[in-house]
Amino acid sequence: MSEEISIQVNGRAIMVPAGATVAVAVTMAGDVCRTSVSGEARGVLCGMGICFECRVMINGHTHCRSCQILCAPGMEVVTGKSGAP
Amino acid sequence: MNRTFDVAIAGGGIVGAACAAECARAGMSVALVERELVGSGATAAGMGHIVVMDDSAAQFALTRFSQRLWHEMSAELPSMVEFEPTGTIWVAADDDEMVEVRRKHEYYAARGVRTEILDQHSLREAEPNLRLGLAGGLLAPEDAVVYPPCAALYFWKRARDAGATLISGTVAKLEAGSLQLAEGTVIAAGVTVNAAGARASELTAGVKIRKRKGHLLITDRYPEFVRHQLVELGYLKSAHSVTSDSVAFNVQPRRTGQLLIGSSRQYDNESKNIDHDILQRMLERACAFMPGIGPLSSIRAWTGFRAATPDKLPLIGPWPESPGLFLATGHEGLGITTSLATARLLVDQIAGRPSEIAIQPYLPSRSFTESHV
Repeated sequence: MSEEISIQVNGRAIMVPAGATVAVAVTMAGDVCRTSVSGEARGVLCGMGICFECRVMINGHTHCRSCQILCAPGMEVVTGKSGAP
Repeated sequence: MNRTFDVAIAGGGIVGAACAAECARAGMSVALVERELVGSGATAAGMGHIVVMDDSAAQFALTRFSQRLWHEMSAELPSMVEFEPTGTIWVAADDDEMVEVRRKHEYYAARGVRTEILDQHSLREAEPNLRLGLAGGLLAPEDAVVYPPCAALYFWKRARDAGATLISGTVAKLEAGSLQLAEGTVIAAGVTVNAAGARASELTAGVKIRKRKGHLLITDRYPEFVRHQLVELGYLKSAHSVTSDSVAFNVQPRRTGQLLIGSSRQYDNESKNIDHDILQRMLERACAFMPGIGPLSSIRAWTGFRAATPDKLPLIGPWPESPGLFLATGHEGLGITTSLATARLLVDQIAGRPSEIAIQPYLPSRSFTESHV
C-alpha cells in the first residue's frame, strides 16, 4: 500500500491509500457521513451497502453509499455537516 | 372478560380512530377494536393528501367540510403528524386540460374555495422540476399533506384521553348489539360500527365495497425538489375509470425532503405483492411529467387497498338491514381527508343531532348507480 491519493472531504484535502473506500476518507477526516431526520449523526454501520447509513454526496451526486465507492484522485465528498441531504 | 360499551368500532384505521375520538368526546363509552396497530392498514399505505375534490357535489361537500376540520385542528396537531400546508397543483398538460382548469377554478370559486390559475410560466416558477411544455395548472393553496399513521395515532390518543378503550383482536362477527373477537370474547355495545375499510364487506355481507389496489414509492431525501402536492389533471380520467388498471402522476413532498410517488389503481388484484408492470408504468408516468425523478434513489415501494364503492362516495350511517349497526367505510382514496368529517357525521347520526352538511349522499341506504367516465 505504497501509493496514496488525495481527495477533498468537505473542502479539505485528505490523503488515503489507493483502494480505500470513501467511508475510510470520511473517517480519516474525522467527520460523520450525514445527519438523520431527527438531527442525529450517522456513519458507516454495515460496511457492505445494505444499511444506507453512510450516504454522502460525491462529485455532486447525493445519497452515495460511501462504503461501496473507492476514492479516486480529485474526488469531492460533502457530508451532512456541510449540507449534503 | 365480556364488557359493554355505548359504541364498539371494528377497525382502527384513521376513520375508526377519528370516529372513536368523536364518540368519546361526545360522552359515549367507546371500544376501538384493531387487529394490528392503529393506523397500520390502508391508512399507512396512503399518501396523506388533504384535498378538496369535485367529482360530484357530494364529494365536494364532504371533502370541503373535512378539510375545514383539519385546518381547525392543525394548531393542536403534534409535530409527528407532519401537517404541511403545501397546497395542491393540478397540472394541465395541454390546452384541453386548461379548459378543465378554468372550469374547476370557477366551480371552487362559486363555493368559496380560493384557487389560482397558473399559466405555463407561473407553473414552471412554482415547480421548476416539471418538464417544459406543460400548459399550466390550478393551485389549491388550502390543501395540505399529513403523515397518516401518526394522524391516526393522534386521533386514537384523543379518544383514549376521552376514556375510550383499545382492544387488540380480530373481529370475527359484527352485528347490531355486539361484536365478537376471533378468540371468543363478546363485546356488547348499543351501537356497533363497521370501519374495516376494504374488508368491510367481509364483516357485513351485502356492503358494496371492492378492494382497489394502489402502489406507492418513496425516495431518498431531495429537499426542495417538489414544493406542492402535484397531481395531473388527467388523474380525473384515470381515477374514475371503474374498469381498467390505471396510473397517474401524483407526487407529494414530505417534510424530510423525501418524495412520495404515486399512483395506481387496480381492481381484482388482491395480492399484496408489488405488480412490477404497473409500478413501472407509474414511474414512467412520473418521469414523463418530471424527468428529474429518473436518477433519484428510491427506498421502498409498497401496496395498499382502497375501499371502493360503486358511486365513489363513502358509506356513513346505519346499515338498513341491521339497525344499530353503522358503517363508516368506502372512502376509496379520500379516507385521510374525509376521516374527520366522517366521524362528525357518524356521531351526529348516533346522537340524533343535525349535521353541518346534508348526510343523504353518504347513507348506506342509498341506491347505487355506477358512474363511468
